[in-house]
Formats: sequence, C-alpha cells, structure tokens
Amino acid sequence: MSIPLNHLLIFTSLLFLTGLYGALTRRNAVGILIAIEIMLNAVNINFVAFTSSLKNTSPELGQVFAIFVIVLAATTAAVGLAIVVAIYRNQKTIYTDEIDLLKW
Amino acid sequence: MEIFNSLATVSFYGVLVGILAVAILTVTTRNLFHAAIFLAFTLLGVAVVYFFLQAEFLAGVQILIYVGAIMTLVIFAIMLTSKIGDPNVPQSNRQRYPALILILAFAVFLISTILKTSWNTTETLQTTDAIRLGKALMGEFVFPFEVVSLVLLIALIGAIVVARSDQ
Repeated sequence: MSIPLNHLLIFTSLLFLTGLYGALTRRNAVGILIAIEIMLNAVNINFVAFTSSLKNTSPELGQVFAIFVIVLAATTAAVGLAIVVAIYRNQKTIYTDEIDLLKW
Repeated sequence: MEIFNSLATVSFYGVLVGILAVAILTVTTRNLFHAAIFLAFTLLGVAVVYFFLQAEFLAGVQILIYVGAIMTLVIFAIMLTSKIGDPNVPQSNRQRYPALILILAFAVFLISTILKTSWNTTETLQTTDAIRLGKALMGEFVFPFEVVSLVLLIALIGAIVVARSDQ
C-alpha cells in the first residue's frame, strides 16, 4: 500500500492543533505538559513522513531528527514535571492562573 | 494480495481517526489521570503510524521512551500533585472559545495550503534500517548526538535538584 503524503500531513496538522487547543485551555500545568507531548509527536510524524516520501532526501535524516526530538521531549517532561512538583510544594496549587507570584 | 492491500489501507485510516479521537479526549477530559491514560494510547497509535511508515526502529524507541518512561513521569507527577475527582474545580480556563476559533482558522489555512502544494513525492516509500540509522548518528550527526546527550544529562540532574526537598 502507498500512503499519500497529503493525508498524513492533514492528520498531523489536526493532531498538532488538538495539542495546541489543550495547551491553550488547560488550567492544570501537568495537562499543559501532556498537550505539549501531543504536539511534539505530531511534528515527529511530519519529520518521518517528509523524509521517507519526498525526493532528494534520505530517510535517515528525518528519523535522526525524530530521535533528537524524542530526547528533548524527555528532558522537557523531566524538567517541567520537576518544576510542577516544586511549585506544588511551595504554592499548594498547580493551576496556572493561581500561580501569580511574579504578578503584582 | 489485493484484499490485503485494501485491508491495510482501511486499517491505516482507522488508526489515524482513532489517534485523533483519543487525542481530543486527552485534551478535553476533566480527570487528569484519565487524560494520562488517553495520552498513552495516543502515543501507542503514533508508534503504529511509524510501523506503517516502515520506521521500525523509531516505533520501538517511541514505545520504550514515550509509553515507558515519559508516561511514568507524567503519572507520578499527577499522583504527587493533583486532588483528582473534585468536580467543582474547573479544568479549563476562559480562553476556550477564542482558542477554538483560532484553531479552526489555523486548520482551514493549513489544510488548504497542504492541498494546494504539489509535493515532489517518490513512487514508493523510502525506508531505512537500524544499521544505517546508527551509522548516520555516529557519522554525519555525531556532533548534535553528543550535544543532545549532554543536554539530557544536565536536564536530568537539574530535574533532581529542582524537585528534591530542602531537608
């Protein structure tokens, strides 16, 4: 079977926008991190889809970049969740509109 | 063979629709623990898409790191922080309708652009294997590989320092 690039790109656009909706509307900081993971996954599929179906590219290129993005997503999750735990310990909330220490 | 081909096509589009449905559940469900479980299914679905694109190594990495490691972290953070099951606390802020309008406009723009562009695609899917991937990582991309390993090490040490208690 052949996978049309168009359909895959439309799918990843919708997946990215779903993640964007979550990142914009969640109040919970962990929920925002979850939505960011969805967005990163959509971008990863785009990397692999482009390099394995366009001419004049090698498929290694996209997969290596996807691996780098996965590593950086892991660091994002680790640091972000550590910050969330630290904020919860100090402020007793992880709702982003209640964390207003730096606002006056 | 024809029937296998059409079966593969049908299951591919089924997987795509399923991922989108589970992703929408992930960002809209009220219970954050359920959101984490739905996220695990989304990530598994993405691994299946990698299998369809014949990127087996990446599918394995996706399952090991995302579903194995990152999901564990997320569930730990949810357990440590949120009081799950309090239905009186609103889970989304007041930006819901502006965000929805913005995203619909963006979706229309993106999809029309994708459909208008003529992609210079090959006839068959170009594939690679783990051996060539490893050679690319150790050859052409060795500098970003080393940098990203350093970034991962520093970020993990930083996460421990930030998250530990002061006592």
